[in-house]
Amino acid sequence: MTLVLDGVAKTVRGAVHIHPTELTLEKGTMNVLLGPTLSGKTSLMRLMAGLDQPTEGRVLWEGRDVTGVPVQERQVAMVYQQFINYPTLTVYENIASPLRLQRRPADEIDRRVRETAELMKLAPMLDRRPLELSGGQQQRCALARALVKDAGLVLLDEPLANLDYKLREELRVEIPRIFRESGAIFVYATTEPEEALLLGGNTAALSEGRVAQFGPTAEVYRRPVDATTARVFSDPPMNFLPISKTGHRLMFGDGQSAQATGHLAELSDGRYVAGFRPNHLEAERHVEDAMHFTATLSVTEITGSETFLHLDHHGERWVGLIHGVHDLTQGAEIDVWLDPAHVYVFGEDGRLAAAAAYADAA
Amino acid sequence: MAEATATRIPENLTAGGRRKRVRVNGSAVVMTAYLVFLMLPIYWLLNMSLKTNTEILSTFSLWPQNPTLANYATILTDPSWYMGYVNSLIYVGLNTVISVTVALPAAYAFSRYSFLGDKHLFFWLLTNRMAPPAVFALPFFQLYSSVGLFDTHIAVALAHCLFNVPLAVWILEGFMRGVPREIDETAYIDGYSFPRFFVKIFMPLIASGIGVAAFFCFMFSWVELLLSRTLTSVEAKPIAATMTRTVSASGLDWGVLAAAGVLTIVPGALVIWFVRNYIAKGFALGRV
Repeated sequence: MTLVLDGVAKTVRGAVHIHPTELTLEKGTMNVLLGPTLSGKTSLMRLMAGLDQPTEGRVLWEGRDVTGVPVQERQVAMVYQQFINYPTLTVYENIASPLRLQRRPADEIDRRVRETAELMKLAPMLDRRPLELSGGQQQRCALARALVKDAGLVLLDEPLANLDYKLREELRVEIPRIFRESGAIFVYATTEPEEALLLGGNTAALSEGRVAQFGPTAEVYRRPVDATTARVFSDPPMNFLPISKTGHRLMFGDGQSAQATGHLAELSDGRYVAGFRPNHLEAERHVEDAMHFTATLSVTEITGSETFLHLDHHGERWVGLIHGVHDLTQGAEIDVWLDPAHVYVFGEDGRLAAAAAYADAA
Repeated sequence: MAEATATRIPENLTAGGRRKRVRVNGSAVVMTAYLVFLMLPIYWLLNMSLKTNTEILSTFSLWPQNPTLANYATILTDPSWYMGYVNSLIYVGLNTVISVTVALPAAYAFSRYSFLGDKHLFFWLLTNRMAPPAVFALPFFQLYSSVGLFDTHIAVALAHCLFNVPLAVWILEGFMRGVPREIDETAYIDGYSFPRFFVKIFMPLIASGIGVAAFFCFMFSWVELLLSRTLTSVEAKPIAATMTRTVSASGLDWGVLAAAGVLTIVPGALVIWFVRNYIAKGFALGRV
């Protein structure tokens, strides 16, 4: 079972929602669509499901062209960000409805509904109506309905975004476990890099209607193909700093420079953009050759175990994430250190020129 | 000195308390007066319907001196009277069914799809209600006479559709807009065909809207006199027309007429009772 998007594109009244996209999703895989709001995650999902028809290209399911096939005849299930259930039916009937439409025998329906309800911890609520449940239970009901029908393609469109923190963590652990057993193709849209990393599988990084990169999640995280993907796949976003290379040294301004080792040495001289993740900024010299920067502290956010530093470095906004609670005065000049091994180098066009040394090592 | 202050404070308090009590009574008085004002005509109708013609015309009595149900008996036994109710109920029922049936798919289209001129068409629907029915009496009369529909129930029912379909579309569209589009899509993904989804999932969801739309169709059709009287003569004569044609050689039959009035209020009151919880949303055309 594979789902292939072959040059699929979507234009609505002259506005491009999805640029021509090539994507192959394999059976039994978890595929994360990662991108900010309006990057085209939902549009792409709707094309995969068959809710919308692409303006160009074909959708292939197991090698068969299903581009014009109505959604009723496709083997798909979908869960939305809003909790979508049939409010007039009981939880039992909600879960049973896809099976009833498949005309399964009554005893099989009953068995499968109860099994699924057990799995989603809905067994005591089967006789209630969805609106009498809590938000988390409503979404469980929607997930159960998607799960029960044994669809070949399961689309989850930010299913946890409307849930509170605790429930989200709980379901985030359960979803991959539950769905792994079904052997279907999973597509999971999210705006949070953390969620993508937790789910594993493959990640397609989207921005402005384009799939910038598709590959194993860890690989996309370690080696983002361009600055946009790197920014999307980092929370808080990656920090950037213009640099230049002369000879064997990378000049970071402020008199800071680093030895161009490894494949950095192969780069031609010229101007580049350095990128580094907030958690790689340190408040003390942590490695021998760490580079030192001085920046103005504009805001600090203390979450308890970590402190977010919002920094102003010669007009560039940086975010640093350091461990522990630090009592720092706003507006003060503070010193931060950066290990050159954590620096990504992008060309001026935004393409990745060299990945950080630590990513290559991993 | 100390005693003086001690006594003055409670006085002040009682004064305030008294003023407050007077205000409560005031609002009760206004309310009672208003209710009496509202209910008086209805009470007087009921009062008359239980009296004999002699009593109505000879004396002024606040309640019937010799209560009688003879007036009601007359109406319920004389076909020329009770057929008026039957006719009215037939065309009102027909109209309600036709209006809601036609309006359901139309309202769904307006709430779910965007098409060329949808907003203009939607507003134009409502402008149909802006013309007085009298404007349409003549064309309808001529049209229905020429195609042999004159004096039939369906003629009146169809004529009333001109006003009720736009109204029902507006009300239903408001209710349908409140249903997230994702429910439709989830149903299609689950495998529902459109007709099955519409009947099994969607209509129960907007059941209160359908109830309100039906009520408004019922109400307008029930109280509308001009078109229904113009388009009928004998076979489909509505009750309101029967009531206005009761002047006989012996003068007006006051008691029977009053009883007919009471019986005319009943169906409307019954229907209102069923949709009382949704009426406000209906008056706002479902847009609350």
